[in-house]
Amino acid sequence: MSKLENIHIGHGSGGELTRELLDTYIFKTFSNPYLDKKHDGAIVDLEGEIAISTDSFVITPIFFKGGNIGELAVNGTVNDVAMCGAIPQYLSLAFIIEEGLRLTDFEAIVKSVSEAAKRSRVQIITGDTKVVEKGKGDKIFINTTGFGRKHPKAAIDVNRIQSGDKIIINGYLAQHGMAIMSEREGLEFETEIKSDTTNLNFIVNKLLDTFGSDIKLFRDPTRGGLATVLNEIAADTHLGVAIGERFFPIQKQVAAACEMLGLDPLYVANEGVFICVVDASAAGAVLEMMQCDEKGKAAAIIGEFTTEHPQKVVMESMIGGKRIVSPLVGEQLPRIC
Amino acid sequence: MKYLEEYRNLEATQSLLKQLRKITTRPWNIMEICGGQTHSLVRNGILEMLPEHVRMIHGPGCPVCVTPVNLIDKAVALLEKGVIVCSFGDMIRVPGSKKSLLEAKSNGGDLRILYSPIEAVSIARKNPQKEVVFFAVGFETTAPANALSVLHAEKEGLNNFSILTSHVLVPPAMEAILTDEFCKIDAFLAAGHVCAIMGIQEYYPLVARYKIPIVVTGFEPLDLVQGIYMAVKQLEKGEAKLENQYARVVKPDGNKAAKDVIKKVFEVGDREWRGIGKIPNSGYVVTPAYKKYDAASKFDVEYIQSPENQLCIAGEILKGIKKPHQCSQFGNVCKPANPLGAPMVSSEGACAAYYHFAQQPNIKI
Repeated sequence: MSKLENIHIGHGSGGELTRELLDTYIFKTFSNPYLDKKHDGAIVDLEGEIAISTDSFVITPIFFKGGNIGELAVNGTVNDVAMCGAIPQYLSLAFIIEEGLRLTDFEAIVKSVSEAAKRSRVQIITGDTKVVEKGKGDKIFINTTGFGRKHPKAAIDVNRIQSGDKIIINGYLAQHGMAIMSEREGLEFETEIKSDTTNLNFIVNKLLDTFGSDIKLFRDPTRGGLATVLNEIAADTHLGVAIGERFFPIQKQVAAACEMLGLDPLYVANEGVFICVVDASAAGAVLEMMQCDEKGKAAAIIGEFTTEHPQKVVMESMIGGKRIVSPLVGEQLPRIC
Repeated sequence: MKYLEEYRNLEATQSLLKQLRKITTRPWNIMEICGGQTHSLVRNGILEMLPEHVRMIHGPGCPVCVTPVNLIDKAVALLEKGVIVCSFGDMIRVPGSKKSLLEAKSNGGDLRILYSPIEAVSIARKNPQKEVVFFAVGFETTAPANALSVLHAEKEGLNNFSILTSHVLVPPAMEAILTDEFCKIDAFLAAGHVCAIMGIQEYYPLVARYKIPIVVTGFEPLDLVQGIYMAVKQLEKGEAKLENQYARVVKPDGNKAAKDVIKKVFEVGDREWRGIGKIPNSGYVVTPAYKKYDAASKFDVEYIQSPENQLCIAGEILKGIKKPHQCSQFGNVCKPANPLGAPMVSSEGACAAYYHFAQQPNIKI
């Protein structure tokens, strides 16, 4: 058979071509005792409380500065499991590929999935590959589902949040969203803006080891940004959230890009970012530990919970004024002028 | 970025606010013209920090808000005809009489969201079999780039590119507001970016005729507080002058190159304003020499009778007669996810700004 350059519809037929695609790119790359059985599913041994999280990844462009859809699909789900206060162990991996995707691109994505899984120490134990006709997808969609054991000391529960609890963020806001946006729009800035996609399971694990139930909530403000996540928590707790604009860690070039495009960084998507809600008595120590970790160097306390303005997020602006931060409606749209 | 930090400085703003409080002795109504200014006032929480006597009235300077419904209907009709319609982002959610551009897109229309009209020219170049229309809305600020897109298309000999224009001008709108019988405005903050293009000369006659202070003002918190301070200072002294707070950007004669481009492609003509109605000589229309780039004459889109939603008081909002929260629909029926009128859609619209940023009960609005 002549060497094919692109994925075509036959690769999803379930026949010879599918087998060849899986053998060449999947089984070799992800080899482990579960996957090597090549069964319809995997049987794993899990004890106790298990966190499960699933996510589908659709992104244009599929390769961007700082990463690609492959590692995004691993990090995203690993982080979602970690946010539950669990230790991610296994992932499922499903591709929906649009006919015409270059095999070299597919190979690069698979490689990146594999490297990201190794970094997070999770195993890909089952998966699926489908091919849709040209025009019926957008190059490649990936779904991953993650499984992990709950950390023995974790007590992640939004109902435990009280007035006075502090909100700590681990890193710079809006980097991922602006990297994608500038790539899409072909914009260039003095310093390159890169996606911050990364796995957060180890830093979360470390925080839980040390601080256990002092940590009441982890959340990663991906789509909808920080504003949306804070609004969700305010609604769930019936408490108010008070934040200060001057506390947000944001890189200069990202802030400038947001200004230029008329976007509010509070609503821009993040990847390697999480917030944790911590009992006020432990906040200082949590912050210190985060700042000593590679993934929390820019950590900062950005605000706290209050009994004032219940269910609303109020931000003090740079100049000392106050305003409501509302949840995102639809997509943020570029402004005229 | 330097300006971002300097003009968002806590101490400087607070000290200016203190001075403002000191000089304010009576109630004053000040209208900021530009939607960008409204947005910044609300976003930075400036309104609640102003002295009680200083009341800001939000002007008509949101291009999305004043674009008439029938023009949105025309753009939707073009989209449904198979034309590639290119638009700035905040225009696409604005309700037409039946649907918005976004809804037409979800029905299969080829709608492109752009940052610059020049990109539309390149889309036309890459799609020679298709007609490409740029939805050219805006004030004097966007006119040069929109005009330039026509000149680029001409230079490249593209016959499949045209613009659907709804260009409006600030000074005639200010005059329409000043002559309204309900007008209660004591001073204007003129729109800094409009003046960066046009200069400030055309505001002198307004100051003279209506004896009203006009301060050309920027958009950062410190700009706005300073602009308000300059206006109040004049009012308290009984003066009516034209002043330029935004001199770091606005030159008295504006930007000559930009004005030349505008003059080549556009001429002044009557324009309909959403919620306000027709204002004579209040906008730009494509000159006869460039008629082939004018989508309104190029395409036979019949005149669509487009009634406004009767419950929407956008006209009174845009003229500063009412505030968003004085509308019975505000925040309950009319929300950004279900807007009855344009001021709730655009990020620069007064209603959306109020909805997003200033719902707390104790805020002074």
